[in-house]
Amino acid sequence: MVFEKKEYWRWKEYNWKNPDTDWRKANIITAGVDVGSVSSQAVIMCDGELYAYSTMRTGSNSPNSALNAINWAMESTGLSLDDIHFKVGTGYGRVNIPFADKAITEIACHARGANYMYGPTVRTILDMGGQDCKAIHCDEKGKVTSFLMNDKCAAGTGRGMEVFADLLNISIEEVGDRSLQVEKEPEPVSSTCVVFAKSEAIALLRSGWSTEKVLAAYCLAMARRVVSLIERNGMELDFAITGGIAKNDGVVSRIEKEMGVKALKPKHDTQIAGALGAALFAKALVEKSGEK
Amino acid sequence: MIANYGYKDGAGEFFISIDTEKCASCVEKPCVKACPEQIFYIYEDDYDDEVVGVRDKSRNQLQYICAPCKPSTGEPKLTCTEACTSGAIKHSW
Ligand code: SF4
Ligand code: SF4
Repeated sequence: MVFEKKEYWRWKEYNWKNPDTDWRKANIITAGVDVGSVSSQAVIMCDGELYAYSTMRTGSNSPNSALNAINWAMESTGLSLDDIHFKVGTGYGRVNIPFADKAITEIACHARGANYMYGPTVRTILDMGGQDCKAIHCDEKGKVTSFLMNDKCAAGTGRGMEVFADLLNISIEEVGDRSLQVEKEPEPVSSTCVVFAKSEAIALLRSGWSTEKVLAAYCLAMARRVVSLIERNGMELDFAITGGIAKNDGVVSRIEKEMGVKALKPKHDTQIAGALGAALFAKALVEKSGEK
Repeated sequence: MIANYGYKDGAGEFFISIDTEKCASCVEKPCVKACPEQIFYIYEDDYDDEVVGVRDKSRNQLQYICAPCKPSTGEPKLTCTEACTSGAIKHSW
């Protein structure tokens, strides 16, 4: 018999399209592809409105991940790459996307994407990605006015959370809710460094802590860590969170509590913010070139 | 845009912030040559302005890279902030 180890850390991979939009009627079709260290997304927009997207795991090779993501977003739409007028790449693998017409940093793309997703009142964005975490300020048009990046290590990021989910055999989708099932908030784990936190978690479980309590301690540690990042760059309302961690209510609600502010509720999957911003940049570039 | 590069760890907060609006209109960009460790580089930002940033590989070692420029006593006169007459560069420590 073959035992397959379940992969608890994976976010659901899926694609979506707006059934009410006919891309053939669109004047400008653009795409944004965000190749991150952990996951990749592709977004297709028709005249600046969200038409289709996909989100999936980044493979070992950036060009393939980008192509897979965009092909999946185009699946059953009848669209081909040639129908898309401009494609912008972003994320850490952005310079390695063969079909992209331009590369733009994820900082600028997340701000532009958040402006679309949450509206023009957003001023502070926390992007919690797979490998790093960024605090961004933007104006009413989604243009970056300042940013601060945690460049030291991968601690307190999406990847750290995934390692944790796997260690505790809990699907990444459940981590947030389970971490909130504690009667009293425990002390945060002393380190968010993946390696140390992992051995600390094992020790806590051995000492009789429930899985929920360990998760609560880790989510709180992560929240405190990013709060210090936001505080360094200043908090200006409205506040929004993008990236995979925004889907983890255990971290989001603790950030809100620590900061004493509420984050705006997203209308779309927060993981697509970067690709969405890239597609919006693409539209602006087509308009600027005057080709359409 | 105020771009903050650096990190916070057990030893403190080590950030260099650069006001890129000022870089966009700074023709000579003297900071690039002035820094003995060559941590600054020129790039075109996402809004098509030619500005200065801190190199990727330097960002998580600023405390050590800048240490020789920062005497432990007295008010340090940093080569980079002296070179940048428009005051675009700020150190957090
Ligand atoms: S000297 Fe100052 S203003 Fe000029 S490019 Fe360097 S940091 Fe920017
Ligand atoms: S303090 Fe010295 S090493 Fe550091 S950025 Fe300024 S000139 Fe370069």
